[in-house]
Amino acid sequence: MAIPLSYNLRNLMARRTTTLMTALGIGLSVAMLLSILAMVEGLRSAFAATGHPLNVMVMRKGSTAELNSTLAQETFRIIKTKPGVARDARGEPKASLELVTVILLENPEIPSGININVRGLTADGFAMRDSDIRIVQGRMFQSGRREVVVGQGIADRYPMARLGKPLQFGKGEWQVVGVMDAGRSAANSEVFCDLFQLASDQNRETTLSSALLRATDEVSMRVLMNTLADDKQLSVDALPEAKYYADQTASGQPIQAVGILVAIIMAIGSGFAAMNTMYAAAARRSAEIGTLRVLGFSKLAILTSFVLESLLLSLLGAIFGCLLALPLNNLETGIGNSVTFSETTFSLRITPAIMATGFAFALVIGGLGGLIPAASAARKEILTALRQN
Amino acid sequence: MSEVVIETRNLTKEFARDEFRIAALKHASIQINKGDFVALMGPSGSGKSTLLHLIAAMDRPSNGDIRVLGEDLRSLSDGAIARWRNAHVGFIFQSFNLLPVLTALENVELPLKLTRMAKSERTAHATKALQLVGLGERLTHTPRQLSGGQEQRVAIARAIVTDPDLILADEPTGNLDAASARDVLEMLVTLNKEFGKTIVMVTHDPHSAKSASSVRYLEKGELLPPGAKPVDWDA
Repeated sequence: MAIPLSYNLRNLMARRTTTLMTALGIGLSVAMLLSILAMVEGLRSAFAATGHPLNVMVMRKGSTAELNSTLAQETFRIIKTKPGVARDARGEPKASLELVTVILLENPEIPSGININVRGLTADGFAMRDSDIRIVQGRMFQSGRREVVVGQGIADRYPMARLGKPLQFGKGEWQVVGVMDAGRSAANSEVFCDLFQLASDQNRETTLSSALLRATDEVSMRVLMNTLADDKQLSVDALPEAKYYADQTASGQPIQAVGILVAIIMAIGSGFAAMNTMYAAAARRSAEIGTLRVLGFSKLAILTSFVLESLLLSLLGAIFGCLLALPLNNLETGIGNSVTFSETTFSLRITPAIMATGFAFALVIGGLGGLIPAASAARKEILTALRQN
Repeated sequence: MSEVVIETRNLTKEFARDEFRIAALKHASIQINKGDFVALMGPSGSGKSTLLHLIAAMDRPSNGDIRVLGEDLRSLSDGAIARWRNAHVGFIFQSFNLLPVLTALENVELPLKLTRMAKSERTAHATKALQLVGLGERLTHTPRQLSGGQEQRVAIARAIVTDPDLILADEPTGNLDAASARDVLEMLVTLNKEFGKTIVMVTHDPHSAKSASSVRYLEKGELLPPGAKPVDWDA
């Protein structure tokens, strides 16, 4: 049988200042890790939420992003008639020719401005996304007009891009006529406008960026992608739209790597703090350790008891860490997307799995920090332990 | 013929101090029978506590033989000694050595945690032991809420809760006022006379030693023959 857990709990409470300070140190490391994981999860979630499972993205061969892709109107006319492309109620292929460019938008935090994706598309292109996107303020842009609809993330972060405001880009002024809620998808950080108006504005009437095709089913989708990729005359790449966005999660990797490195460095510091606390506890309770041994508790029971106490300490740290990081949940922010060279807005997400990771992280800090002092306490000879007070 | 509880032969304990070896106990041979109440006396540094610690297997001898309750303590592993001590020996310290964050009841219950007793049974046993030492009303008090005498009574309850064959006490009245010391000694006498416990008590107080049925003296690490006292021992 083990030394009762109440012994450890009450000892932690008896030296509450030391306990709180150590737990807070561990909590800060946990909060750091959680905020990084929340950012990566938010980014992953934003990209994972983008793309219909049957949509195929078509770009110029070798292009890694719509921004550096070109697709001629003529090519689009050919690819939309390929077998496997779904048709709408009018019998027209579900296909969208699109033009993607970037504009510089200022916000109060970054007056020099940030690149934002502008997507020119037709009503057919919008219809291919209408299950994910709804207009929450104003109305849809009208074709042939210099009107834009902005994603909710853009409207929230850029005061100059709110409903009714004029945006300056290309050859002149564009009016914000609507705000669209695209859930957590990438469209939340984009500006939508009429394809032909934008093409004219950018002098790209014949050469646009990409095409989106809706396949009839999964098998046809694979066949369609192979057909397009194998057609040397078309010289295009075709990939699932969902994969195209999922791959952009890589944009968060540099921050993730730095963040995790900082969290690990902080964890090592917290681990030493936990170790110091447990060394002090073992030294202060030396006579108690001796007494427990005289009563018949084994060295292993002493070791277990002190490691458990350190784990309890780190558990408290994990709770602090979660409480510190929780206000970040759903906080909207943006990150430079290394694929599109524009900003992707997304919400930080602290999920139960991320909190569980934080708890595991804290327990590793506590376990490793407590192990050496616990082993040292357990190794003491009974008489030495009894005399050290 | 009485059953032998403790038997030592040429028991020696040496400690290393720098390049020197200091003998704390030299060739001590003693036999203590079941039901004896023996006081070990002597000046500071005479080796009386060392002998007690060896009997309790809290330390290992450098030389000689020691058998306690039929066990050759030198042949037992650390784990086996811990189990043996829990089952057969109750130890009373001079400074009580209660765990300050636990209540009186929890302190007394501690040795029972190492047995197979159910929680309810453990609580019943610990409560009874505390009632025996007159602290039935103080079960939920922590050591800080008790007087020195009461703390030592809790320590006695902890020492007897497993119903051990042997009780070892190291200066049990050393930190107590006269009245509390008298209470503690009366309890030890009761445990010896009424419950048949074998008791070995280290003390430097001649008054305390009078409670024992026999006294053995030590001087400069040597156990003196029965009846002999250290030179200049004026007590």
